[in-house]
Amino acid sequence: MEEAKATERKIAPTVILAEFEDAGAALHAAEKVRDAGYSRWDTHTPFPIHGMDAAMGMKDSRLGWIVIACALTGLTGAFTMMHWMNGIDYVTVVGDKPPGAPGTIPSMVPIMFELTILLSAFGAVLGMFGLNQLPRHNHPVFASDRFRAASIDRYFISIEAEDPKFDVKATREFLEGIHAAHVEVVEEEVE
Amino acid sequence: MAYYEPIIELGEAPLVQKGSTLAEVTDDIAGVTERPAPRGWWIVFGLALMFVGIFTVCVGYLFWRGVGVWGNTSPVFWAWDITNFVWWVGIGHAGTLISAILFIFRQKWRTAINRFAEAMTIFAVICALIFPGIHVGRPWLMYYVFPLPNQMTLWPNFKSPLLWDVFAVGTYFTVSLLFWYVGLIPDLATLRDRSMTKGRQMVYGFFALGWRGSNRHWRNYERAYLILAAISTPLVLSVHSVVSMDFATSVIPGWHTTIFPPYFVAGAIFSGFAMVETVLLIARTVFKLHRVVLMRHLELMNKFILFTSLLVGYAYSMEFFIAWYSGNRYEMAHFLHNRPAGPYWWAWVWMMVPNTLIPQLYWSKKMRTSIPVMFVVSIFVNIGMWFERFVIIVLSLNRDFLPSSWGYYRPTIIDVGTFTGTIGIFFAAFLLFMRWLPMVAMAEVKGTMPQADPHHGHRGKHAPHSEPIAAKGTLATEGAE
Repeated sequence: MEEAKATERKIAPTVILAEFEDAGAALHAAEKVRDAGYSRWDTHTPFPIHGMDAAMGMKDSRLGWIVIACALTGLTGAFTMMHWMNGIDYVTVVGDKPPGAPGTIPSMVPIMFELTILLSAFGAVLGMFGLNQLPRHNHPVFASDRFRAASIDRYFISIEAEDPKFDVKATREFLEGIHAAHVEVVEEEVE
Repeated sequence: MAYYEPIIELGEAPLVQKGSTLAEVTDDIAGVTERPAPRGWWIVFGLALMFVGIFTVCVGYLFWRGVGVWGNTSPVFWAWDITNFVWWVGIGHAGTLISAILFIFRQKWRTAINRFAEAMTIFAVICALIFPGIHVGRPWLMYYVFPLPNQMTLWPNFKSPLLWDVFAVGTYFTVSLLFWYVGLIPDLATLRDRSMTKGRQMVYGFFALGWRGSNRHWRNYERAYLILAAISTPLVLSVHSVVSMDFATSVIPGWHTTIFPPYFVAGAIFSGFAMVETVLLIARTVFKLHRVVLMRHLELMNKFILFTSLLVGYAYSMEFFIAWYSGNRYEMAHFLHNRPAGPYWWAWVWMMVPNTLIPQLYWSKKMRTSIPVMFVVSIFVNIGMWFERFVIIVLSLNRDFLPSSWGYYRPTIIDVGTFTGTIGIFFAAFLLFMRWLPMVAMAEVKGTMPQADPHHGHRGKHAPHSEPIAAKGTLATEGAE
């Protein structure tokens, strides 16, 4: 055993995949995985399933907070930029409205609006990538050939080996017990 | 996006052909990108590339000689360039309406056409942005419109509607692109997972960002999608409003009108739906998308066309009424004489007939469900809306306050080549999109199908799934229930 460790790589399970053939089965199975107390697990579906968040015991997305921060930055940033450029650094008087006068504000509204939207959009997309930790091109589930159907018409539950409750035999039996159509232990070479 | 359950009692039908399985829908859409292109694709693509070539020559000549190669001259300094810009930006609006506003209103039928319409938005806005870029005379100084430090230590004048336009259209393009890409991610993952060659797997895999359909991801993804839709809704209404302010804030009769912002937005959606329909009808026939793009979708789009046609017709009538009611002789001269009876009366007729009269055919169900009729009507609307912008721009400028400065504008062959060239760019980009990307949002369509309902086939039953593969036979027979 010690020799094998030193000289060659050993194969260890990284994730167990349970496959389901319809959305309802995956949803009910997810409820059972949640109740069994697993923490490092996930469901993989071709489209979001209504009620899955609750079935997995997940909290609401925090994305809105990121977006509102970006929106306020865009709004105030646009005002500051225009006021500094046209009112302080190089005073441009148009329509007899001196810099800083309330009369200059209406003409700033369109650009303040546009930059609010622009930064919110970047906040929404990049914030979503950040919360999801994407891009991540390498993940243990991709080692399974059957997993390719997760983006087409199959529903998967994955339980990672890093889960404290993970045990190859017990977890496998548990997943078979909650009516998975197919259970696969994905293994990977480790140093 | 939750599943869609038609209310049979109200005569509603499923959004996807009855009995379709998830795999069939995937095959229909993803298959287009995997099979060799049909002969028709190559013919149209070759034709489009020819126009791209014409565009390149015309713009090259423009850069070499200057804007004098166009017909623009005193008093008509804005002509086809700005007409084309407004026309193209307007076309983009239907895409955002379908992807954002209909999403907010939970109009689930949009899933069949939203990807398509969003792609149209992006390509139309690219074509639009070309014109302000090349009409400035010295295009290499175009960066003056951005708030960048430059050698003259000047900043842009933020009180100018032309600058608002830069921000509005720039933001519009960027947000549309982000929205489109976010929508594409799950479908790119599908293409990656179906790929048979290493090359496809690498390219689609790269852009799919390692998407694995995780519900922990879907949670944030759906929220991002909702937020993008929510912010795109006021955005799309703002863009053509700001475009209309390029005109409305001036004092030229025909431009100096408070009705412009809503009128432009209605016109934009009108022309955009017509363009979506033109392109969609071609794609539906060439790539056989009848399972997903149903007559129902087309009919709903025709109702939009009819509705926005009425809005546009209302705006036209209101302009006439206000010109008379204002008692302003210049306004009256423009609206009551120069438009219908001036030297460009034919342009006015081309605006009025296709935009306000021809869509009235759609009051008849027979007309709005006939493919040939809707194809012809959509082409007429495209032409009519181009003439609307021509009428607004050229007819307001050719006869202003002083008769001594009146003139007549004629386009040159370079004007024509540049404009038709952008149509070539649009179609070339569109054809590449249809060939290489899923042209229907697969994940979203699947989300509206009966299979997406976790309680489908189990309603009212409390019994848990006693058989492991309960759904095996169900998938195929579900639609028949």
